[in-house]
Amino acid sequence: MAASCVAASELLHNMNKQISVFYPKVSCVVRRLSTSSSRCDAQPQPTAQSAPQHLIGVVGLEIHAQINSNTKLFSGSSVRFSAPPNSLVSFFDASLPGTLPVLNKRCVEAAVMTGLALNCSINRKSLFDRKHYFYADLPAGYQITQLRRPIAVDGVLNYSLLGGKKRNQVIRKTVCIKQIQLEQDSGKSLHDDVRSQTLIDLNRAGVGLMELVMEPEMSCGEEAAAAVRELQLILQALGTCQGNMSEGQLRVDANVSVHRPGEPLGTRTEVKNINSARYLARAIDYEIQRQIDVLQRGGTVQNETRTYDSKSGETIPMRDKEGLQDYRFMPEPNLPPLIVYEDNASLPTGIEACQAVVVQKIREGLPELPSVKRDRLVQTYGILPEHSFTLVNEDGLVEYFEAVLRATKKEPRKVIGWVTNELLGHLKLHDVSVSQSPISPPALAELLELQETGHISSSVAKQVFQEMWRSSGKTAPQIIQEQDLGLVSDAAQLHSICQKVVDSHPDEVQAIRNGNKKVLNKLMGLVQKETKGRADPVSVRAILKELTS
Amino acid sequence: MTSQLLHYCSIIVFQVSLAFSEGKISPTELCRKCLNHIKKTQHLNAYITVTEESALKQAQEAETRLLQGAPKGPLDGIPFAVKDNFCTENIKTTCASRMLKDYTPLYNATVVQKLLNQGAVLIGKTNMDEFAMGAGSTDGAFGPVRNPWSYAAPYREWTGAVADSDWVVTGGSSGGSAAAVASLTSYLALGSDTGGSTRNPGALCGVVALKPTYGLLSRHGLIPLVNSMDVPGIMTRSVSDAAVVLDILQGFDIRDSTTVPAPSSLTELPDDFAAKNICVGIPKEYHAPGLSEEILVQWSRVADMFERAGARVVQVSLPHTQYSIVCYHVLCHAEVASNMARFDGLEYGNRSPVSGSTEAMYASTRHEGFNDVVRGRILSGNYFLLKQNYQHYFVKAQKVRRLITNDFKHVFSTGVDLLLTPTTLTDAACYYDFTQEDNRTRSAQEDVFTQPVNMAGIPSVCVPTALSKRGLPIGLQLIGPAFQDKKLLTVAQWVEQRVGFPSIMLETIQAKSIHSAIYSTGNWL
Repeated sequence: MAASCVAASELLHNMNKQISVFYPKVSCVVRRLSTSSSRCDAQPQPTAQSAPQHLIGVVGLEIHAQINSNTKLFSGSSVRFSAPPNSLVSFFDASLPGTLPVLNKRCVEAAVMTGLALNCSINRKSLFDRKHYFYADLPAGYQITQLRRPIAVDGVLNYSLLGGKKRNQVIRKTVCIKQIQLEQDSGKSLHDDVRSQTLIDLNRAGVGLMELVMEPEMSCGEEAAAAVRELQLILQALGTCQGNMSEGQLRVDANVSVHRPGEPLGTRTEVKNINSARYLARAIDYEIQRQIDVLQRGGTVQNETRTYDSKSGETIPMRDKEGLQDYRFMPEPNLPPLIVYEDNASLPTGIEACQAVVVQKIREGLPELPSVKRDRLVQTYGILPEHSFTLVNEDGLVEYFEAVLRATKKEPRKVIGWVTNELLGHLKLHDVSVSQSPISPPALAELLELQETGHISSSVAKQVFQEMWRSSGKTAPQIIQEQDLGLVSDAAQLHSICQKVVDSHPDEVQAIRNGNKKVLNKLMGLVQKETKGRADPVSVRAILKELTS
Repeated sequence: MTSQLLHYCSIIVFQVSLAFSEGKISPTELCRKCLNHIKKTQHLNAYITVTEESALKQAQEAETRLLQGAPKGPLDGIPFAVKDNFCTENIKTTCASRMLKDYTPLYNATVVQKLLNQGAVLIGKTNMDEFAMGAGSTDGAFGPVRNPWSYAAPYREWTGAVADSDWVVTGGSSGGSAAAVASLTSYLALGSDTGGSTRNPGALCGVVALKPTYGLLSRHGLIPLVNSMDVPGIMTRSVSDAAVVLDILQGFDIRDSTTVPAPSSLTELPDDFAAKNICVGIPKEYHAPGLSEEILVQWSRVADMFERAGARVVQVSLPHTQYSIVCYHVLCHAEVASNMARFDGLEYGNRSPVSGSTEAMYASTRHEGFNDVVRGRILSGNYFLLKQNYQHYFVKAQKVRRLITNDFKHVFSTGVDLLLTPTTLTDAACYYDFTQEDNRTRSAQEDVFTQPVNMAGIPSVCVPTALSKRGLPIGLQLIGPAFQDKKLLTVAQWVEQRVGFPSIMLETIQAKSIHSAIYSTGNWL
């Protein structure tokens, strides 16, 4: 069961590079996946309450993606994670009286590019608004955001799940993107309960965010997680957001409700603080089940904000600080409407292309998106779709794979297993990225070439691979020579070994002669054992056949 | 003609510069005299902070440049004052509020920096209504400002007033800046104008007060009242000085996204101005209830002056004027509620010792820090912005604002070059009388002629025209289309040259020393 879910787990467990994916944890992800997917699938099944139709989950997402930019949205302060507290704070960020916002062009371009990649309409004119609330890490007492007219609207995210018994069927899904709005991030509050103090770090205050609103069109945690993963890959491909969840570059809030199909949506709850990909599906599925349980007990779902407690695996109500919030939105008077231009020809006189945000230019600069890349890999190399997911999910793995292919004549379909199993397995086991791999693409190619040309067997190749990983820098030929791992292809030598095996296993030989040809494999195994896997299997089979005929 | 007009334009600057270059007085001497004079006129309460030390240092630097024969320009060594809601680096900026009574900014407002770059000498920060909310300069944490004309001969002799009890207000909220210029402690001063806060005290104190087109001067560093209406105001003793200062201050500022490049800069007022070529509109709605007979007389007098000079003088209508004040209240209070949200005691400003919870600290800090006027506007502003009220109040007020703007656009599109109106209903009120009404009532009364201009973002200048029977200044207002600030000043100068407003302050004992030092040889008015 666990093994069958590995491909899907790869979809998910890479969402957060910082999460160490040692095998026990992977199995934990896998377990969660199987529960979540079974919940997803199980919803139409009858339950004890025998309602005519059964409650299903409805999930919408609000995603805050920190814009990958050198400076903040409205000030010149640098953006950097884990800098000393309050070291990246301009006068504007600290809301010093008399300071005014100055829009960062890079942030606008990032939002436009993201909008284009998500098939949004880009609003030629968008507006900024103030959203008011008192909180210690919001120095101005309001956040500048885009309520009335965001920069991009009406997009679509295409994503895929791996389904089916073996988790190798690609199930294509779409979710609508309602809007992408530019807004400021808040600072961070650190509560010191011992001294009953709150410490405030404004380094993050004013960093540019893209808030993406995904319509409630997903039905379970797995779908939501897959959508977020696809978004993350897109953002990373665009370079508009680094997408690291543990550093808060990508933050997901889930709006969850349940209803019977065809009926209006139920009362929703908002699940916040899902600060890692690992918990996203789990939190959503917990919340769906909780709401179903509440309704089936005859209760009602409260419209509330809940937080996910990763220790207990439950969502719990957040202490409501100020009751119902009225954000008292009003237009931001210090920023004129944000105008973007379709192409250079539409620029008004007096405005130069370098000063303006030109959609056409950004469209031309769009990189290959993950879905396109996956299709290309499948078509070009004839690999399986699930392998294309694995390749694209791991930063740098596609490039690695293609570099290996360039250096070997081995068929892509034979190389893919080496990259997605041997290499990726080792990378995960040692928690290193592709770029840190001790085995370079040409080195792996050289090894595969030796196997392909019959110098070593595949089992020896794996042995050599491990040795190359351990003693980085040593080439495959070096290791083969040092450890005398070269294939034994001397006919006389092989013949004598085979003869020895045949002589010492009369029962097996008899069985083969009686027609049980499978027993030949056992003898082959014994020969390989004798030769430490160095015997050329084709020759061995031929010799054994001859000796047992 | 050019040189003659230039001479007129620059008369004060010219006189001071001439006095500097002829060695009649040095920048440090002038600075010291101003500082002394500030001390002697301390009872006016025009200044919150006097920057004696840095002023003398700046004056010394100006003097060095002068001696080297390389002055920076017409303002090098000229003392100026700044309303205490403009940020000044390392100099306290209080907004006349307990909230910021010990607040020292780390940067200069763009307009302040531009004056400093010209070598002008900052001598102090001027008193005002708290956060510029008021029309009397009576509602600040540091007490009311007294109108210098309260102590001048005409008022005392003609009314028999006893100076220490019958003093009159300066108007506001930039009353300190108006008083500083009127009392000759400063040659120019920066005010701010959101609903008339520069022009109103300008009229009541007898100084030239320019409210430039919105977007022409940077608001960076101006602690906001209403961002969409605030403009830095220029207060001077002559129209030509206002033109010099406008030239220096105007233009695009990267730090203020609402600024625009200045229209082709004129370093001097144009020499081809002829009154017979212009059309002056007289808006009938400005014939408002409560307008004093004396001001009406002055209004007619100047209108006649234009007509006699061959100008076309026509009655025009600005039908939505009557809705301006109530509309302003909604928009102003909403922005105030928003702008004041940052004063929570965390990053800067007053912080209450109450520390039971963050919320309790906020509440106490803000209650202690803001006066009733500010708190009242925050309360009503938040009410207008509530989800259930937003459409009904804020959006409706914005629509009315557009109608008011369109009124002006319409009038200016029918061949009218500028409008001539009163600035205030009456001359300055005695402090006692003024404070019989609350701030809201006073603001509504006082802003009636000045406020619609802020709604429309267009330029307007107040020119002193005469003294009232009480011996107090009366000023009239000229209003022009957006970005025609220079043209407006050209006409304002034409008026200034013909009304013969008396330079009464120059006769007073307190001002005599400075005046004689500078103007003894000049052909000053």
